[in-house]
Amino acid sequence: MSFVGVTNVWQRYGDRSILERVNVSVDEGEFVSIVGASGCGKSTFLRMLLAEESPYKGDISIEGGDTAVEPNRERGVVFQKYSVFPHLSVRENLIAAEAFQNPLGTLRGSARKNAETRADAMLERIGLNHVLHQFPASLSGGMQQRLAIGQAMTAKPRILLLDEPFGALDPGTRLQMHDFLLELREETNMTVFMVTHDLDEAFKLGDRVLVFDKPRWDPQDPGLFGATITYDFDARDKGIPYQDILAAYPSLASA
Amino acid sequence: MSLIEDIFAMRLINYVPSRPGAIFLAALPFILLFVAYSIASDIRLTANPQDKLLPAPSTIVETAERLFTVPDKRSKEILLWNDTFASLGRLFGGVAISATLSLILGIAIGLLPYARSLFSSFIAVMSMVPPLALLPILFIVFGLGEVSKIVLIVIGITPFMTRDLAQRVMEIPNEQIVKAQTLGASSWVVAQRVALPQVLPRLISNVRLSLGSAWLFLIAAEAVASNVGLGYRIFLVRRYLAMDVILTYVIWITLLAFIIDWALKALSRRAFPWMEAGL
Ligand SMILES: Nc1ncnc2c1ncn2[C@@H]1O[C@H](COP(=O)(O)OP(=O)(O)OP(=O)(O)O)[C@@H](O)[C@H]1O
Ligand SMILES: [Mg+2]
Repeated sequence: MSFVGVTNVWQRYGDRSILERVNVSVDEGEFVSIVGASGCGKSTFLRMLLAEESPYKGDISIEGGDTAVEPNRERGVVFQKYSVFPHLSVRENLIAAEAFQNPLGTLRGSARKNAETRADAMLERIGLNHVLHQFPASLSGGMQQRLAIGQAMTAKPRILLLDEPFGALDPGTRLQMHDFLLELREETNMTVFMVTHDLDEAFKLGDRVLVFDKPRWDPQDPGLFGATITYDFDARDKGIPYQDILAAYPSLASA
Repeated sequence: MSLIEDIFAMRLINYVPSRPGAIFLAALPFILLFVAYSIASDIRLTANPQDKLLPAPSTIVETAERLFTVPDKRSKEILLWNDTFASLGRLFGGVAISATLSLILGIAIGLLPYARSLFSSFIAVMSMVPPLALLPILFIVFGLGEVSKIVLIVIGITPFMTRDLAQRVMEIPNEQIVKAQTLGASSWVVAQRVALPQVLPRLISNVRLSLGSAWLFLIAAEAVASNVGLGYRIFLVRRYLAMDVILTYVIWITLLAFIIDWALKALSRRAFPWMEAGL
């Protein structure tokens, strides 16, 4: 039984097909990079994994569960921007990751104290302990994204979804963020889906690289067919790409 | 315009006054207004010492002193203070009710698609109703007491504030709303811990913007039916052409409005430091 199973998923908006016949199964702890042309539906795929929207048809399950109907604590997310709360200080942003699940969204007494201790440990971990009382707007882009990742991790999700998390960062900061993310992964063995436009990044960070593209194309009606996963690269071997045909198409093994 | 600009060394948009220059420029319109009034008043009073239309500034100061300190002969109370407290009570009552209502409605409309379907066109239509036209109805329904005056203010400013707050809630990036859900937040927690704190600064600026209309509705209602209040007094003494009293009241109302506005601005700056974090 795979950890995350995507079975025959389709998505369409009105009469425009965006995705069709998407099948993929991912093991626990795998880091999956997703690449593809702009507008091909990568974010749409991520939104469905997040359960922000439901597939037109098909199923998405975590550990064999049902397709979720709304976002929940099983799925953490970091977007390219707006991923942290501007009105909360750096530390309060982390505490919110524990407090928001309560009926009033707050913590009191010893629960609050414990959350503060854990937040401070996380701040140490993401290298933001010197700015704990500042507000996100005063942080650099890289620091904001570290905070966003730290916040998502604090909620201990089953899967972490990243939509171009480093897309707005300069190349130097981006490299630092790679190291940061790799370390964090080493420690937590989190299952991650990351959309990126940077192929090097995709192969460097990912165990697998999924390529989304349209296998069918109608020049009269570009919206007729949707995109799907056209390549599923194994990226573990130091990023030297080779297509793991048998894993992607097990039916070939018996042929 | 380029003809004029040719005379100067730089574009006009690039000339910035120095600090003392800016203060002088800010004071200039006030000084000019005062001088113009004094001259006009002087001309009329030399022609006719009994003229009541433009009392001399010194007369206004004397009247003001009397109004602020000398009790009324019959009631033994200082009417100006009574008027002030009555009017401010109505104003704050109306504005507080409007602020609360618009906050609740605005967040509901901004966050809940069902509330949006239910209310948004209704409020859009309501905001087109001219509130002063409703005044007679309010007097008939709520009587001539305090209620009708407060209701007029509420009807007058709530629709605008609600629409603006709902708009602002809808402008909160969807990423934040989704993020909160992935942290386990219920609708209530999203409303109270994500939306509310982010629209509170907007609420204060809405209150600041609406205070002008609130004063308008208040004075109109007091002028029509009341026995105490700043607007009531102005319209009462109008019969005796007591320009010195009217001008004192007008200046006093302006000053009150200015102080309230300034206090709200200061409050906003102190209460929402995160707003300025990025500046
Ligand atoms: N809610 C929506 N309603 C209608 N069309 C949508 C909606 N969301 C996305 N689309 C369309 O679906 C297509 C795929 O969008 P998506 O954001 O998934 O692309 P993407 O691969 O993430 O692109 P990018 O690399 O630019 O981020 C786009 O053409 C977009 O215009
Ligand atoms: Mg995208």
